[in-house]
Amino acid sequence: MADSTHVTPAQFPLPEEEDPSRRDVIMIAAGGFAAVGLGLGLWPLLDMMNPDASALSMATTEVDLAPMAEGQAITVMWRGKPIFIRHRTKKEIEEAKAVPLDDLPDPLARNANLPDDAPATDENRAGKDREPWLVMIGICTHLGCIPKGQAIGDPKGDYDGWFCPCHGSQYDSAGRVRKGPAPQNMAIPPYAFLSDTKVKIG
Amino acid sequence: MAHSSSSYEPSTGIEKWIDQRLPIPRLMHDQFMAFPTPRNLNYWWTFGGILTFMLVSMIATGVVLAMHYVGTPERAFDSIEHLMRDVNWGWLLRYTHAVGASMFFLAAYIHTLRGLYYGSYKAPREVIWILGVLILFMMIATAFMGYSLVWGQMSFWAVTVITNLFSSLDAVFPGIGTRLVEWIWGGFAVGGPTLTRLYSLHYLFPFLIAGVVVLHIWALHIPGNNNPSGIDVKSPRETIPFHPYYTIKDGFALALFALFFACFVFYAPNLLGHPDNYIPANPLQTPAHIVPEWYFLPFYAILRAVPSKLFGVAALISSIAILFFVPWLDTSRVRSTSYRPIYKWFFWAFVLTCIALGYLGSQPPEGIYLVLGRILTAYYFLFFLLVMPVVGWIEKPKALPGSITESVLGPQETPVVAPKPAPRRRAPEPVA
Repeated sequence: MADSTHVTPAQFPLPEEEDPSRRDVIMIAAGGFAAVGLGLGLWPLLDMMNPDASALSMATTEVDLAPMAEGQAITVMWRGKPIFIRHRTKKEIEEAKAVPLDDLPDPLARNANLPDDAPATDENRAGKDREPWLVMIGICTHLGCIPKGQAIGDPKGDYDGWFCPCHGSQYDSAGRVRKGPAPQNMAIPPYAFLSDTKVKIG
Repeated sequence: MAHSSSSYEPSTGIEKWIDQRLPIPRLMHDQFMAFPTPRNLNYWWTFGGILTFMLVSMIATGVVLAMHYVGTPERAFDSIEHLMRDVNWGWLLRYTHAVGASMFFLAAYIHTLRGLYYGSYKAPREVIWILGVLILFMMIATAFMGYSLVWGQMSFWAVTVITNLFSSLDAVFPGIGTRLVEWIWGGFAVGGPTLTRLYSLHYLFPFLIAGVVVLHIWALHIPGNNNPSGIDVKSPRETIPFHPYYTIKDGFALALFALFFACFVFYAPNLLGHPDNYIPANPLQTPAHIVPEWYFLPFYAILRAVPSKLFGVAALISSIAILFFVPWLDTSRVRSTSYRPIYKWFFWAFVLTCIALGYLGSQPPEGIYLVLGRILTAYYFLFFLLVMPVVGWIEKPKALPGSITESVLGPQETPVVAPKPAPRRRAPEPVA
């Protein structure tokens, strides 16, 4: 080893006529291929964490609404999420309708059955032509807690809707955020009424 | 480290044989026995050793717990109850692991505050500090994932709330935050796939932490330990070998700490936990009052002090990430806060603020709690962003002693130390 350190570059001269940039091309091409290969190899490791086929198979839930009297609310499961269904009273509907859109922190309906830019009016939130019915995903849009307001005796907040115990967000009787840190109205899932008393979610 | 003069003398043939091939005994001798350590380290310096013990104890108990735990939503909770009731010594192993997390954080916070007080982050020790903050981040992730494995009500809702933090990205890139959260969950809500990946990563992270701890100690052994005076070691006479002097001191402190630890394990194992986590997870019902474990409460208070989802999350992350910048935020040339008459007050106010934020994090976010939470959150950040740069600049520090010897024995008639600065010796610490 010791002797080899005395080898000077002059003993291995680059051929004068050879363009050094050819080596750069080879280096960059090899590095590029290696990077693409690494990316391709990494992708399955990342993508396997996405919701799998069984989670994606859009399970639907059918709910019979016949036993629900005015003022009652039930919670059903859909895709592992709680769905709030409330048979709203006249008072609750009128309160929700009376709110000017400008008073809402989130002006969008967040209704999967409507275009993304639909305004958050009460009729865009409630069932189509079935305004007493409100069907929505019962998850606070702040950090995912389940708001109170479904059971009798639950706190419903200042707006006759729902109150999230985690960080104090309040929703009105159309499920729209009115107060607190939640950034959005509670989402309306895709659903359709199959008959007057039967709704299919999903 | 090979270039430092080594006092290792292999005495037997076998030792010589190994020394020429893989000189681990030499490394251990130089780094953990003969290593020159400032002679004035106080008991606040023993927490590095305590933390090493805690990491080893968490890995040891964790590996054994994993032999009994079942990481599925149907069986996770029951498998832990089975461990507690049926498995020999299961209760002891689990309580040691669960209480151990609290003890680990307690020691880590003391260790961090010690570094903050004595300016151990200042040149040439910035990298030690940065690696330490990285370890803290990884500890937080590991503790959070471990807590989720119990799959009780608090576990489940902690996972829900914390993973939902990432959806705050929706405010910047609509849709991306939601996609990210669903990727983390492996579904449309926290469920089976979430639990199994948290389990996998909870097993991985401690070993990553151990790797960074090695780097942390390596970085420490380049400049050597800081010390309570904050003055550089100027003479070999100001250092003593790590063994036996600091192995004894660290060992004594560790014994006291273990006693404290054992009091919780044997007499109040659930005192630091939350009773709601003995209710199996229910995805349809959020507990009325969600609180994290005590060691996350100050950060939780900061999250809730900000009335916007995105900025609340940003504040939460910044509250720890800001520590990375401390070496450059502090403009004072004096390391030890003991010689900083103005900064001292701000420092202790900061410590009290952290404790008070911890209390506020356990209270409902309303009324006076919210107001105080906001004031203290403001001070938490101002301490780093305003106090550190400005006080360091305007403050006139107290006169520093001429040497470590003088800082302990008072001014010397005939200087014990040679006046000309000797080449700086390396010194260690009980494992940072």
